Amino acid sequence: MLKGIAGAAGLAATPALIAACSSSGGGGAKKGSTGSGDITFGSNYSDPSTKGAFATLTQQATSATSVKINVNTVDHNTFQNNITSYLQGTPDSLCTWFAGYRMQYFAAQGLLAQIDDVWDKIGSNFNDATKSLSKGLDGHYYFVPIYNYPWVVFYNKSTFSSKGYSVPTTWDQFTALAQQMKKDGLIPIAFADKDLWPALGTFDILNLRINGYDFHMQLMQNKAQYTDPKVTEVFKHWAEILPYCQSGANGRIWQDAAKALENKQAGMMFQGSNQVAANYSAANLADLDFFPYPAINPDFGQDYMDAPADGFIMPNKGKNGGSAKKVLEYIGTGPAEVAYLKTDKWDVGLAQNIDTSGYNAIQKKSAQAIAACKNVAQFGDRDTDPAMAAALEALIQKFIDDPSDSNISSIQKSAADQAKTIFG
Amino acid sequence: MTLGVDVRSSDREEAQRRRPRRKRGRRLLSRRDKVVLTLMLGIPVLIDLAFIWFPALGSIVLSFTRWNGIGGLHLGKTCQPPPAPSVLQNGCFYGVQNYHQAATVYPQFWPAVQHNLIWLAVFICFATPLGMLFAVIIDRGIRGSRIYQSVLFLPVMLSLALIGIVWEFMYSQNLGLINTVIGRNGNSNAIDWLGNPHLNLWAVLVEATWRQAGYVMVLYLAGLKAVDPSLREAATIDGANAWQMFWRVIFPVLKPINIVILVVTVIESLRAFDLVYITNHGSNGLELLSVLVTNNIVGEISRIGFGSALGVVLLVISIVPISIFLYQTFRREEPR
Repeated sequence: MLKGIAGAAGLAATPALIAACSSSGGGGAKKGSTGSGDITFGSNYSDPSTKGAFATLTQQATSATSVKINVNTVDHNTFQNNITSYLQGTPDSLCTWFAGYRMQYFAAQGLLAQIDDVWDKIGSNFNDATKSLSKGLDGHYYFVPIYNYPWVVFYNKSTFSSKGYSVPTTWDQFTALAQQMKKDGLIPIAFADKDLWPALGTFDILNLRINGYDFHMQLMQNKAQYTDPKVTEVFKHWAEILPYCQSGANGRIWQDAAKALENKQAGMMFQGSNQVAANYSAANLADLDFFPYPAINPDFGQDYMDAPADGFIMPNKGKNGGSAKKVLEYIGTGPAEVAYLKTDKWDVGLAQNIDTSGYNAIQKKSAQAIAACKNVAQFGDRDTDPAMAAALEALIQKFIDDPSDSNISSIQKSAADQAKTIFG
Repeated sequence: MTLGVDVRSSDREEAQRRRPRRKRGRRLLSRRDKVVLTLMLGIPVLIDLAFIWFPALGSIVLSFTRWNGIGGLHLGKTCQPPPAPSVLQNGCFYGVQNYHQAATVYPQFWPAVQHNLIWLAVFICFATPLGMLFAVIIDRGIRGSRIYQSVLFLPVMLSLALIGIVWEFMYSQNLGLINTVIGRNGNSNAIDWLGNPHLNLWAVLVEATWRQAGYVMVLYLAGLKAVDPSLREAATIDGANAWQMFWRVIFPVLKPINIVILVVTVIESLRAFDLVYITNHGSNGLELLSVLVTNNIVGEISRIGFGSALGVVLLVISIVPISIFLYQTFRREEPR
């Protein structure tokens, strides 16, 4: 018994210790930047649909660059959970990852290879916003994106036309519409937060609408305080619409909330397009539409949104970097994105010259909505330290349980205290 | 070995005997014996050191550091207070800061300790006695006892992760069996079994009890089958009723199995993890120390030092029942 428990408590630390022994800190060395031959590609695209899309992409990459690619697919969550030891151990030549602080964090510690030379060739394909989200904190490039998707308010066209609702563009219109829906017996806003991250999207958009992009990013990077009255405003606005949100959100998975929207029990739902649209059955997809989150502060209007970009990084310890860079050069083109999006119908490409003739209605509108933004954030859990994102997610669940003023201020204080220990 | 028994008799004798005994003992062991002994003792000791003591002590050392798992440890370096950016402050000596932060700033810590204790209490006061009750009833040979036995044992054969998923369907707000049966699956009146922080711990404890009771039942049933039937006969002749027979005769005879069950119960409640992790990753009312350790160490969060500190707290809590158990076991063996 002693063995069992002491072992269990201690074992958790073992992988980390082993990792410590095997690594010497890196520090931007260019170990993996040369060498040619076959490459391996670590992929977390484990769902059947994305796996198929990724397979198409790598086949196209092989035929364009004549580099043979062996794909190692790992379950999405497992891949994410193991990333620290993966990058320090024997990583693949290339692997899937996310833009934002999540990428910059590993780049800053020398675990990712710098790919400025790749961007010399593909830079002209992308706009400045995409370029900046592909850079590390040191201003060098470490990431090549493949797609992104917007966080917007989804609704059913048939519901809006049969009840005579119109798309709200301001906060007052939005709350009035929610009130009307409630009167009409609908759940105004389908809402779920059992997985902890979905409600972070609402925090992000309210912060972006009320306080703007710069403040949001400062908050995410610990340059602004969670006790700031600006954050209080975010929670107060949220508390205003919380009575119109589906109750019991902390116990519901987002797929069930999306079902409520699809079944027309709910009027609206704020979530990412590659979640809601992907969850809709083909028969109902034509009825699905969305609008950008309504404006709150006229200074910022509808200028910003969360549009997380997924893409690829080159681990510093990967093999055959020369071939890997050739593949990245291919991936950073319009045709590569089209190849990927042939089967993935919920995301949109980022290349400026991309051929959009294969897009469905949601994709076309997504691309327009993202292009209309002055700047896009990645997402709460991608723009900040993962520990801080987890702290905020737990506090938001507390807020959903009790949106009173006193609880809001205790949440803000706890967030600020935890930020000190996490970033300190 | 024989050495130990003789040495006990008295101190003076021991002093006189020690030298010659040792010499004789050494002579008795051939080279081959020594090799065998070394291998048989050495390999388990090495395994024990490598897989239990090294990680356990490693956790304790790490709990005094601030480390994200990237790069090496610099135990000589003390972490500087802010404003240095966090990425640069890595692998440094952090004193008791991790423990201090857990107790003061980390909002999940105290609820987790409380939930671990509730879990233990429910298992000892409810789940285990329930399993024993099932065993006693089935042992009386009621009609269809084999069917009950199989049905009650079925949950034990499922993995805890699977049990979590099965019960998720039962507890689902709008689509779940329980809310549908009691007519509370509407949009306004649905009971949020797994999301409401005042309810979800108890809901998950029902899941855990569902399995634990079956597990205890099987262990106890095995014990009951081994009870000498003549004891029962004698008790019946003496006019004992069923209640007296169990508590005065059967229960005392089953002392060894009772201890096994107590140990199993404590272990099962301290290692509780799977159900809450499946349900909501141990958040919002379902915090447990094991989950907090995992959440901080495994995955992207990588606060290895902080997570290790939480692991050490769990270790300290575990040591209490372990010590009691070991003390009890060895005390009983001494008189023999």
